[in-house]
Amino acid sequence: MRRIISLLMENEPGALSRVVGLFSQRGYNIESLTVAPTEDRTLSRLTLTTIGDDHKIEQITKHLNRLIEVVKLVDLTEGAHIERELMLVKVRATGAQRAEVKRCVDIFRGQIVDVTATVYTIQITGTSDKLDAFFQAVGEASILEVVRSGVSGIGRGEKVLTI
Amino acid sequence: MELLSGGDMLLRALADEGVECIFGYPGGAALHIYDALFRQNKVKHILVRHEQAATHAADGYARSTGRVGVVLVTSGPGATNAITGIATAYMDSIPMVVISGQVVSDKIGEDAFQETDMVGISRPIVKHSFLVKDARDIPSIVKKAFYIASTGRPGPVVIDIPKDVTNPNDKFEYHYPERIKMRSYSPAQRGHAGQIKKAVQLLLSAKRPIIYAGGGVILGNACQQLTELARRLDAPVTNTLMGLGAYPGSDRQFLGMLGMHGFVEANYAMHHADVILAVGARFDDRVTNTPKKFCPNAKIIHVDIDPASISKTVVADVPIVGPVDSVLNDMLEILATAEEKQDSKAIEDWWKQINEWRERYGLLVKPRYRTDGNMIMPEEVIRTLYEVTKGDAFVTSDVGQHQMFTAQYYQFDKPRRWINSGGLGTMGFGLPAAMGVQYANRDATVACVTGEGSIQMCIQELSTCKQYHLPVKIICLNNQALGMVKQWQDMQYSSRYSESLYEESLPDFVKLMEAYGHVGMRVTKREELRAKMEECFAMKDRVVFMDIYVDPTEHVYPMQISPGSMRDMWLNKTERT
Ligand SMILES: Cc1ncc(C[n+]2csc(CCOP(=O)(O)OP(=O)(O)O)c2C)c(N)n1
Ligand SMILES: [Mg+2]
Repeated sequence: MRRIISLLMENEPGALSRVVGLFSQRGYNIESLTVAPTEDRTLSRLTLTTIGDDHKIEQITKHLNRLIEVVKLVDLTEGAHIERELMLVKVRATGAQRAEVKRCVDIFRGQIVDVTATVYTIQITGTSDKLDAFFQAVGEASILEVVRSGVSGIGRGEKVLTI
Repeated sequence: MELLSGGDMLLRALADEGVECIFGYPGGAALHIYDALFRQNKVKHILVRHEQAATHAADGYARSTGRVGVVLVTSGPGATNAITGIATAYMDSIPMVVISGQVVSDKIGEDAFQETDMVGISRPIVKHSFLVKDARDIPSIVKKAFYIASTGRPGPVVIDIPKDVTNPNDKFEYHYPERIKMRSYSPAQRGHAGQIKKAVQLLLSAKRPIIYAGGGVILGNACQQLTELARRLDAPVTNTLMGLGAYPGSDRQFLGMLGMHGFVEANYAMHHADVILAVGARFDDRVTNTPKKFCPNAKIIHVDIDPASISKTVVADVPIVGPVDSVLNDMLEILATAEEKQDSKAIEDWWKQINEWRERYGLLVKPRYRTDGNMIMPEEVIRTLYEVTKGDAFVTSDVGQHQMFTAQYYQFDKPRRWINSGGLGTMGFGLPAAMGVQYANRDATVACVTGEGSIQMCIQELSTCKQYHLPVKIICLNNQALGMVKQWQDMQYSSRYSESLYEESLPDFVKLMEAYGHVGMRVTKREELRAKMEECFAMKDRVVFMDIYVDPTEHVYPMQISPGSMRDMWLNKTERT
């Protein structure tokens, strides 16, 4: 099962490499990873997606928790949560295609953020599934370049991850 | 407030932390630190002959005392030489602080002379590590390092210090923190009360209980509680290779070691148990054999300080995360007022069954090795060692058949007496570890049981023993082969001895010892063994090496058959359970 693990860690050099090292060292996969400081500059928020059965995920969370720099951790997929990923994608858009692509972007509530005579650069946010679906809709053949931010997530409702 | 340089701060911080001794080896990037060492007299230093030995010696020091072992090495090759010993300590959860010199800060990343990314290279094998950026951080980093290394599940911590940070010309205010608080690190203080209660009920209801105790009981100083609990429940106890000594080895309730080369009665009792209390043990693959076939009828209570150890390979029915001493204390407290009674008839039958197994298979009931020939049997050497040292020596070992024979035949009644590399299985560990043990326990008898293979991996330390008057006794079971490798080749590769023999290339250990200024003895006759060993241990202030020629064809048994369950074992070369 796909899981979104989100954690707060000390914003210190070396902390990220410990997290990443743990995954390769113990043979776990990272599907995506995002990290940036929070409003409290001493902390970073790291979100990663991984795939594994309950046993594996339990081991992953335990080992992450064991890292000295990890302050707090939550498996967002255990409860209601919001998941977002940002994508920038360059699509070939010429002739009749231009209108077609534009329509697609509207349906996916994306924005065209840059335009040339033959290329649209599009920004879309949403769940990873939605971003995948956009490829299908616009046709993989016309896609020139894709940049995805990796998944960010946050719990729904009053629950917050703070120290 | 006094102004100190980074180097002086480091030494002062170590002294303030109560460090008595460092094991180390100097070099360019560590020279400011070594000069600071020279200019003080609180912290002593043992100059080893190879950095690997520094880590093993600090490790032996830590295992035998429970205190943090401290290592100091230079950058580059000094740091990389320390890696094997750090990994060894990590696998066995030994508290250790390793200080490494690093090239000057502004050269980091430039492939400078003797630069290596020590923090990076050691990352998978440390509990934590620090790269010091500013001399002013030294006191708090040292404090944190010792705190992290010694609390929770202990482990090695690396402090990498660029040379400029210890520059004697840059001085700062020194203040050593009394205590340290870290928001991201707080090991469990107590076990969950509800879970502990559940565990006690399960134990009281058990018809065939067993206690499976590992090195965590020793590290967590819970041996006394373990013994009390076992007595209170009249439960049989088995120890892992790392746990030997956690429960008195000569006690009636002790079934010996379990696992790959464990006692039949221990492995059988595990297999047939209905309730297993696992304490400070981690269901290592050398214990469980095939996890899927592990103890099919047992409910498992697992007490450990490290949540990641629980349900890692074998799922626990009652997991309890907490310090083993406090959890066992809580259990004892509940038991003191518990109204439920044990099924005493069932327990009695259980013991009857166990004693039958013991009678039939037990290695210590009567010798299972040859006692009629002229050959010295390795098992007999260990029994003789046990008797000559009255079971009260500190015994370190290397890795191989000799290690397993020692674990089987030396009955450790006290914790911290059996010192071996269980997790990593590091050949070369024994002699330097023995030095650390001897340093910490000046008047104690310290024996290093080794093989002619292992001893050559750190034999240079004979010179360190000379310099610091560390009169360890080296008991070499010389089977003229990498015996454990050869045993596997006998059992699995039709005796094709691929690179496990030395072809007449062994050194003359007696002469070698003499060259180092020590005493060497060669023992080839069975009838001489005891007298020679007594002679060896009578030389209290000398390093003595007993080169004992043992039967080279002997195998270690029992040996679990893999894949299989706990009870599937070879009993000897031809019989299996
Ligand atoms: C550093 C290292 N290299 C290789 C091994 C693999 N190994 C395990 S036991 C063994 C043989 C040890 O020979 P010896 O020290 O003579 O002990 P014996 O088994 O003969 O008693 C070897 C090579 C190891 N454990 N450690
Ligand atoms: Mg050998």
